Amino acid sequence: MGTKVVGSKTVQVNDEGFMTNPGEWSKELAPELAKEEGIAELTPNHWKIIDFCRQTGLSSGKAPTLRQITTGTGISTKDMFALFPKGPAKKVAKISGLGKPEGCV
Amino acid sequence: MANETRKVAFICSKGNLDMAYPALVMGWAALGNGIDVTIFFTFWGMDMINKARIDHLEIPPIANSSMKMNMMGIPGYIGIPQWMGWIPGMTWFASTLMKSKMKGLGVPTVREYMGMLVDAGAKLYACKMSVDMFKLKKEDFIDGVQDIVTAGDFMDMTEGAQIIFI
Repeated sequence: MGTKVVGSKTVQVNDEGFMTNPGEWSKELAPELAKEEGIAELTPNHWKIIDFCRQTGLSSGKAPTLRQITTGTGISTKDMFALFPKGPAKKVAKISGLGKPEGCV
Repeated sequence: MANETRKVAFICSKGNLDMAYPALVMGWAALGNGIDVTIFFTFWGMDMINKARIDHLEIPPIANSSMKMNMMGIPGYIGIPQWMGWIPGMTWFASTLMKSKMKGLGVPTVREYMGMLVDAGAKLYACKMSVDMFKLKKEDFIDGVQDIVTAGDFMDMTEGAQIIFI
């Protein structure tokens, strides 16, 4: 457990770099967090997924798994890997200020 | 972040319903962690990629010493008598039971899972020797099966990869 500086803000993170307090997240942090994940720019499609994950994550208390995202947003697995290469569900969770997704699907 | 992408390869040699899932679950987990996945289907494992078989995988209770009555909700580890295993319908019953448990956990069917793995970038290959033995052709396989390759080819393509035999 520690803290991390994102842009001009300091947030609490766990050992894997996931934010531990979703309340500390704001939209301004997302582009910075995305750059750390190798995503240079957030397009509207990226934001659609980030918004969905925030919504699900905050209401259920858990970051959604990849299949939950594809089922919930209608965005295909292929597109998810194109938008967030290598580990989309984990990346979106980090960018959205949520914890690591639990669940195997 | 490591410069080299981690690589994992699964060898699927079984065709029973229970043995189809390990590679699917772990393959999906690997892809979700940014790991490259290759799956080599050999012998009975080809049932998982065979269009005519993929929707019909079964799990027979006979000779399955781990399958206990607790699958049907009876607590503890009471065994299912082997002589019951051959009764017509028992395999269908056990398979249907397992499928409903998977559904209850939100786990996709084998066919759907395969599609997800392919969409996520997994590379699927069939074993040439098995293909010749069962007289199959590339057209018999689901979309996403790249090629029919030999064991030697498999060894070449998995250099540096962690190989898991199922």
